[in-house]
Amino acid sequence: MSEATDEAAPITLYRLQACPFCERVVRKLDEYGLDYHSRFVEPMHSDRNVVKRVSGSRTVPAIVDEQTGVTMSESANIVTYLEKTYRSED
Amino acid sequence: MDLGFDIVDLPESDHPVEGEQAPDFTRPLVTSEHWEDASLSELAADGPVLLVFHPMDGSFPATYVWNELRERAFEESHDVQVVGLSISSPYEHMTLIDEREMDYPLFSDPQNGVAEAYDIVNDLDGMAGVSEPRPAVFLVDGELTVQYAWVADEWPDFPDYDAVAEAVASL
Repeated sequence: MSEATDEAAPITLYRLQACPFCERVVRKLDEYGLDYHSRFVEPMHSDRNVVKRVSGSRTVPAIVDEQTGVTMSESANIVTYLEKTYRSED
Repeated sequence: MDLGFDIVDLPESDHPVEGEQAPDFTRPLVTSEHWEDASLSELAADGPVLLVFHPMDGSFPATYVWNELRERAFEESHDVQVVGLSISSPYEHMTLIDEREMDYPLFSDPQNGVAEAYDIVNDLDGMAGVSEPRPAVFLVDGELTVQYAWVADEWPDFPDYDAVAEAVASL
């Protein structure tokens, strides 16, 4: 099983299939070797209540990092967060 | 079914039977809101699972099976999780869940590997290159031991819902 399917992983990534912003976050997670768990949501923005409940917004990508208690949307913000939080652990 | 003519008999199958171990598997598990990889054993860790293999979403048997299961609502009176599996994509599963207004998660297995592991592959006549599971129902406990098994031996065929109800009641 790949890292992207690890149920017990501390990071959950809400993503949309083929969304380039989501793939950008995946690249960063992979770069730092972080275990994460993928949750795929609906293409229709209005149907993404699950993401809204978690992050306050219907946009993806969004991540929930149980290790730090951080929940965050917007790929640029997430990438910056991952760099600040995990770069030093390389 | 008694139609007054012969329907297609399916060959013998070596599927798991009562007392045997059901093969574990991991596939995308779809709800009305999202999908994520999940394994049968993870689900079973929370309680017995009624795993329902059904023809592809949109076929009339899929509609009939889910109408009946929703009507019977085993999960409301028994400690059981009702979970489906077909070869349909997660997108089609979301549509089925919405249209049938059902609260059951569905595994998506387009390559039909789970049916292979259970020896219940049904090669579809007239749809080149497409196979799906035979209609089948497995009731498994927390250790994936089969408590009840039904596998279609003709095509089409539907579960014996009363027998399923008895099995669920005797958990």
